Amino acid sequence: MNSSVFFGLSSLAYILAMILYIAYLAFKNKTVGVTATALTIAGLLSQTAALLIRWKEFAELGNMGLLRGVPLTNLYESLVFFVWCLILAYLVIEFRYKNRSFGAFITPIAGLVLAFIDISGMSKGIQPLVPALQSNWLLAHVMMSFIAYAMFAVSFSTGLMYLIVTTDDRTDAAYIFWTAMLSVFIIVLAAMGIDYLTFKMSVKGQEELIKSYLFKATFRSGSGFVTVLSFAFSAALFFVIWRFGGIMKKIISGVEISADMLDEITYKSIAMGFPIFTLGGLIFGAIWADQAWGKYWTWDPKETWSLITWFFYAFYLHGRLMRGWKGRKVAMVAVLGFLAVIFTYLGVNLLLSGLHSYGAE
Amino acid sequence: MENKQKKNITDRVWDLFSSVKLAVVIFSIIAATSMVGTVLEQNAEPEKNIKIIMKMLRVGHDTAQGLYGFLAQLGFMDMYHAWWFVTLLLLFAANLIICSIDRLPRVWKLAREPIQAMPPELLEKVSVKRSITLKGSAETIKESVRAGLKEIGFSPAEAAVSHGVQFYAQKGNYSRLGVYITHLSILVILAGAIIGLFFGFNAFLNLPEGEQSSVAYKDRGVELPLGFEIRCDNFEVSYYGQSDMPKAYKSWLSVFKNGKKVLQKSIVVNDPLTYEGVTFYQSSFGIIPGSQGKGIIILKAVSADGKAQNIEAKVGDSFLIPGTQITGRILDFSPAISIDATGRYVSYDEQLKNPAVQVAFSGLKDGNYTGWILKRYPQTWQLPSGDRVELVDYWGVEYTGMQVRKDPGVFIVYLGCIFMSIGLFMSFFMSHKRIWVNVSEEKGGTRVVIGASAHRNRAAFEGRVEKLVGILSSGPKGERK
Repeated sequence: MNSSVFFGLSSLAYILAMILYIAYLAFKNKTVGVTATALTIAGLLSQTAALLIRWKEFAELGNMGLLRGVPLTNLYESLVFFVWCLILAYLVIEFRYKNRSFGAFITPIAGLVLAFIDISGMSKGIQPLVPALQSNWLLAHVMMSFIAYAMFAVSFSTGLMYLIVTTDDRTDAAYIFWTAMLSVFIIVLAAMGIDYLTFKMSVKGQEELIKSYLFKATFRSGSGFVTVLSFAFSAALFFVIWRFGGIMKKIISGVEISADMLDEITYKSIAMGFPIFTLGGLIFGAIWADQAWGKYWTWDPKETWSLITWFFYAFYLHGRLMRGWKGRKVAMVAVLGFLAVIFTYLGVNLLLSGLHSYGAE
Repeated sequence: MENKQKKNITDRVWDLFSSVKLAVVIFSIIAATSMVGTVLEQNAEPEKNIKIIMKMLRVGHDTAQGLYGFLAQLGFMDMYHAWWFVTLLLLFAANLIICSIDRLPRVWKLAREPIQAMPPELLEKVSVKRSITLKGSAETIKESVRAGLKEIGFSPAEAAVSHGVQFYAQKGNYSRLGVYITHLSILVILAGAIIGLFFGFNAFLNLPEGEQSSVAYKDRGVELPLGFEIRCDNFEVSYYGQSDMPKAYKSWLSVFKNGKKVLQKSIVVNDPLTYEGVTFYQSSFGIIPGSQGKGIIILKAVSADGKAQNIEAKVGDSFLIPGTQITGRILDFSPAISIDATGRYVSYDEQLKNPAVQVAFSGLKDGNYTGWILKRYPQTWQLPSGDRVELVDYWGVEYTGMQVRKDPGVFIVYLGCIFMSIGLFMSFFMSHKRIWVNVSEEKGGTRVVIGASAHRNRAAFEGRVEKLVGILSSGPKGERK
């Protein structure tokens, strides 16, 4: 059996589950919720099978044992693994807190990643390991980094929800912050969807994607009219979300999610993610760099952005200890921290160069 | 307010440096300035960064050049070594040290302090509390409390209190120090980095096949004596199957000390060679300029009945296949052979991507034979006569590029990393747990009051307390209230 069939099935399941979770949040129909959970579990099982098959195929191709031949070597493989971690983390939370309303906030991140994989047309083929990646540290470094990224993604969602349920004054900075964040999230998703529908292209490399396709159907359109229209639509969307954001609060408050619970999950996922990121991302990364290049730290963009991300979460953890910062202010830091994560992973590979640039191929 | 008046300047500076607020301000400044450093390419040609500025800010060349000059003046083109960035890191270190000194004594005391029995009336004020009344004599209940506490991982002390007997124990008290170990580890890592900066070096060495060197080179060609000699015996790139995708870059190295060979090792990326604290990392490779045609072709001739011989030759030389009458004459060599549209053989690269020799054989039974022998294609090694000629290598034209490093601080950096892992583990996955269990006789039963606290992750500890309650209740005639 080919791994891509299972990957396809899992993507389908996750996207359907995302829609059902959002429907569940809106209508609170129990059958819808149970179906969403069942689909998510089915998707996870299918994806697990796909990952295992691909791992085996990959190790056999390079002829180098399972521990070294880990299919975590390019953008596609790592994003797929990120989705797997995120869904697993979500299911743990759903069962632990016996509350499936989080689904509507966490599964869209998975949906966004899957959409990004498809519209960017990134290479899904199996390619053998380049010499720099042939190391025992690959498995530990990349796997732990992505587990941490998934935990940070969870904290992003719950942090955002925390802001939603604790603000209602439309002039409040925290309120404006979360409405803006949510708007950007929706706008990016929509713009990428429009790109996909317009071009239906298959792109060879990430650079080509950024230069030639991303947002070309909207913000970066050749036609000035379309560009202006896109910005106008975005502004309008932001206004609508800002104006009617209070409805979100009512919806979330209506499903027995308390602010304390959200704060607790945000903290717990960062308290899990931070040490894993420090050890797997920064320390193992430094040891590996030391072995491969003879320098444990070179301030290349990837390393520097990892450190910036690390500072964001260190800020979050210390911010909780400061008077007047607990609650909304640190929740904003948690949300911004995940933006730093996204930039560390995607932004650096796509926009900046560095020793890690082979990761973008 | 009154207090503030009396504070002298030292106290104020101390207060500033011991505040968490300063820590997050420094985090933010380091993070913000670092971002700039990742956008501007560090230590690059000026024109490169001027282009980046033009693109980012959509300004003209002149404006960008002006801005570049300004930023360069501030050290942004090599910002991670600029005085102000180093100062930020040192401020960060000072903040860490003073924060820790300021808080450590109090926390140390909390961690060291043995747990005391608690007056029963105060048990009500502890964060986790349970109380149950059990049927059964106080003696049996005490026994099951002892066993139950052991079951959930505590070894309790006992004391008589105003009502009955109290069992109390604590665990994980030293986990309170996790934060300080983490902070210390950052200082250790910084210290290791400084040691490396002063007592180590970073250099490179491009070593042609067959040559040796007693020095490496720093930036701008400054020579750095190694104290021994290193020779590149051979360098080779291997590929995945018959694709041009590299599988490994491999150098065979020999180390000589006082003219004697002391070490021989092959290195690949991720597997360096270390001698006397100096480490050689495989980093690049290339063709020695002006070496075209000067290399040695190494062939392995194997006769049909299995006699083998290695042959070193140049273009134009002839050789004999051992045990036969067949001679081969080398006509041509190509570093990377391919066939163009018209069917001619051409070289598509200067690098040794697909090396091949053209050999004219004579003395075969059924006439002469001329063909290309390709290193990476075994099917081209066979002659019609059943004999075989392999192209082993084209030697002496490639050089291996190596990073050469000596860093006595790495060991300390690694030590810091270990500390950091331990510190983080203690900080996030352990907690200081305390428990007090009061057992007193009452009318018609024995009353058990449990008070417990955990300085972190209370919910998990509550689960354990719940388990203890379960153990006690399921005793012979247990009954919960």
